[in-house]
Amino acid sequence: MPDLSINFAGIKSPNPFWLASAPPTNSGYQIMKAFDAGWGGAVWKTLGVPVVNVSSRYGGLNYRDKRLIGFNNIELISDRPLADNLREIEEVKKRFPNHAVIASLMVQTRQEWHDIVRQSQDAGADGFELNFGCPHGMCERGMGSAVGQEPKILQMIVEWVMEVATKPVIVKLTPNISDITEPAMAARRGGADAISLINTIQSIVGVDLDQFAPYPIVDGKGSNGGYCGPAVKPIALNMVKNCAQHPDIKLPISGIGGIENWRDAVEHILLGASSVQVCTAAMHFGFGIIREMTSGLEQYMVEKGFNTIYDMVGKALPNVLHWEDLNMKYKVTANINEDKCIGCQLCYTACEDGAHQAIRLNAGTRVPEIIEENCVGCNLCSLVCPVEQCITMERTDDGTQHLTWKERTEAGTAPTEFNDEKAGGRHHWVPEPSAALGKERHKTLPGKARLYSGETVLPAEAE
Amino acid sequence: MAEFFTPTTEQEFAENFAQLKPVMNRTEALYESSRCLFCFDAPCIKACPSGIDIPQFIRQINSGNDTGAARTIYEANYFGNACGKVCPTEVLCEGACVYNLQEVKPIEIGRLQSYATTKVIKSGEKLFGPGADNGKKVAVIGAGPAGISAACELRALGYTVDVFEAKAQPSGLTVYGVAPYKITNEETLAEMDYLQAQFGYNTHFNSPINSREELAELENKYDAIFLGIGLGKTNELGLPGEDKINCTGAVEFIAELRQHHHEVAVGRKVIVLGGGNTAMDAASESSRLGAETVILAYRRAKEEMGAYEFEYDLAKGVGVKGLFNVAPIEITGNGYVAGVKFIRTETKDGKVLEIAGSEFVEPCDMVIKATGQAKQTEFLGLISGLKLDGKGRIIANAHTGQTSNPKYFASGDAWNGGAEVVNAAAEAKLTARGIHAYLSK
Repeated sequence: MPDLSINFAGIKSPNPFWLASAPPTNSGYQIMKAFDAGWGGAVWKTLGVPVVNVSSRYGGLNYRDKRLIGFNNIELISDRPLADNLREIEEVKKRFPNHAVIASLMVQTRQEWHDIVRQSQDAGADGFELNFGCPHGMCERGMGSAVGQEPKILQMIVEWVMEVATKPVIVKLTPNISDITEPAMAARRGGADAISLINTIQSIVGVDLDQFAPYPIVDGKGSNGGYCGPAVKPIALNMVKNCAQHPDIKLPISGIGGIENWRDAVEHILLGASSVQVCTAAMHFGFGIIREMTSGLEQYMVEKGFNTIYDMVGKALPNVLHWEDLNMKYKVTANINEDKCIGCQLCYTACEDGAHQAIRLNAGTRVPEIIEENCVGCNLCSLVCPVEQCITMERTDDGTQHLTWKERTEAGTAPTEFNDEKAGGRHHWVPEPSAALGKERHKTLPGKARLYSGETVLPAEAE
Repeated sequence: MAEFFTPTTEQEFAENFAQLKPVMNRTEALYESSRCLFCFDAPCIKACPSGIDIPQFIRQINSGNDTGAARTIYEANYFGNACGKVCPTEVLCEGACVYNLQEVKPIEIGRLQSYATTKVIKSGEKLFGPGADNGKKVAVIGAGPAGISAACELRALGYTVDVFEAKAQPSGLTVYGVAPYKITNEETLAEMDYLQAQFGYNTHFNSPINSREELAELENKYDAIFLGIGLGKTNELGLPGEDKINCTGAVEFIAELRQHHHEVAVGRKVIVLGGGNTAMDAASESSRLGAETVILAYRRAKEEMGAYEFEYDLAKGVGVKGLFNVAPIEITGNGYVAGVKFIRTETKDGKVLEIAGSEFVEPCDMVIKATGQAKQTEFLGLISGLKLDGKGRIIANAHTGQTSNPKYFASGDAWNGGAEVVNAAAEAKLTARGIHAYLSK
């Protein structure tokens, strides 16, 4: 059996799955339940001066019949007295000495930071996570993302914490910034032991079309919230990668953002995370999702021959390059498996309207045909196809040639002028603009009229 | 032991005849509409005789625009709600759904359709209205799917429309002929009320047009006459004993059933003669009325039945037993039906041959003849110059519905020989346009 345990910057945990600092870690009750269910660690709901919250706090983004592909909240940090939280931290640590309990902290003055770090340490916390990420409410008071967006202040606070911390310190970063590596570097300069990212993204999750107000609605009004859930994973993965690849950051990364199954977790790990944190999925489905996550991760590690988590941390990083370093000689072309095709023709209309007009329809069959000479290998058709393995992208170059944009630029073979002969699309066939006319118009007609388009039976009124 | 207890109350009747396609709730409609792929050049549209833009209305349901979905449906088919429930979707839109090729359940298009239409009917929100009065008048004979659809379209074009119906209620076979588990009377009539409230055509019920004099009056008063008369009574088989008590036609039996529900008595052992969809309906209905045994007797082999496979499955599912390659030669009994004398048959080169000496009597106490409806040739013979084809169907222009008497136009069963509600609705819409083109010359 592979070993799922981790030692994250000195914080030991039986597996890499932690609950992120959020409503699921609001109390010792919830965290004990989670540990019982199989979670490896938990970052306590942020401690500080207790807040007062509004009622109506979460908003969801649904896609068709799928609920909560995105999630948004305007809840603040813990609203419970510090003493209650500390007492429960102690109780949890006593019952689960080998699990990771990390205290998330957010206060203002140097003295407050010193006090809360010391008290959390005394309660038995295995480490700290400094919440420099919260993008709603707290930032209006100069905390949370207001700190994460100011590298100098971030560094100063980290330095204050390091003055008294005897346990590892993780800095949680906000994605609401143009270059995530800047606050990450500031955390490193301040002496932090690790970073975690991403916190939520400043967002309006939706607007009520009747009340003309953003969700979640508080007495007819709303405010921006923090966005998370499956939809933010791509943003999180990119930022994790940016920090992991940066030559000067070199800190362990706890990956957060859109993780709800083992697959999402592995993606974060392959891009450099060595622990992962989960919130939305636990809020949606409960702590029981951990069973699928650990079993999936184990199965994957067995199949790949990974003995420990560290065998796979950052394994995809060497394959994430700058665009200019990609091989422009590589060429793929779409192929439709006629036996699998069900004739929905989504590939046809996607390529026609959204790509390069490289798919045609032929009379007598619903199976579209790829026009190979027009296919640029964009993948779109294979992405919209609803049938598994029906449209495949097949490599058509011989694999012997390699030429990048950077090399072309250096060799002077890259286009440089507006009408440059070297333009990529210069000799690519495109239809005449007017050839488009009449192709879709019949669809705007009701009922039988659309079936009879092009015939003369249409009375004038139906036009 | 019968499959069903004999229903004695309206509630028991409703349980025995539970809707095959119950109306979806919002959640189910959301889930189901989410599965639609939004095919390009969608096969479901092509399979729909009325050409409803199905992917469009499903997308409208999915985005919460149920009213828009209803509009899309009604723009193409005024019997949108009825068709969602009674159409043989298995062989039309749903049968054409590309999911079938993936061995995935096709989208429940019919139920999604009636989800949207039911909602708008209940709300009473008007989607259409009559056009500006053009001063011309059209008489519509028959308030079935063809007649009512023509009336709606003609009103939209500005005509004054009078609909003459022999029966007491509109919608034709939708309320008098379709199996009760496909649509309820209330649903059917609610759609009729909804259409009339929007378009404002005049209806004259219990007003049969039977004579040359009545036709002449219509010809004088109206600029055009639309024939949506459908078909007639069940064909006579010409068998000895056909006049015995409890030997009835399927069309007549179902009409009774639709109007009087559990008050209709059915035999303990029923033999249904025929292999078409109406035979399947009559057999299913007999079983659901509590008959102990229901036998479906057909003169050819099982595979040769005209009924859709799913209709036969439905009948089998309620305990109906098939008896194939038997031809009835006599209805036996003394005053009351006591049995059917059959002779066994075989099919050779497409012809049914009787096997000599194979006669037998299958006892029963009720016989339902589902052997096709007669054409109303006698009535049609009263219209001067009106031509019929060899099968007694009205001959009319395929695109305009105009008959060989230029003042008369036709749609529906009387023209197509007997098809679905959706065919009549689609044809009548076109024919109304044909009338308009003719009267606009």
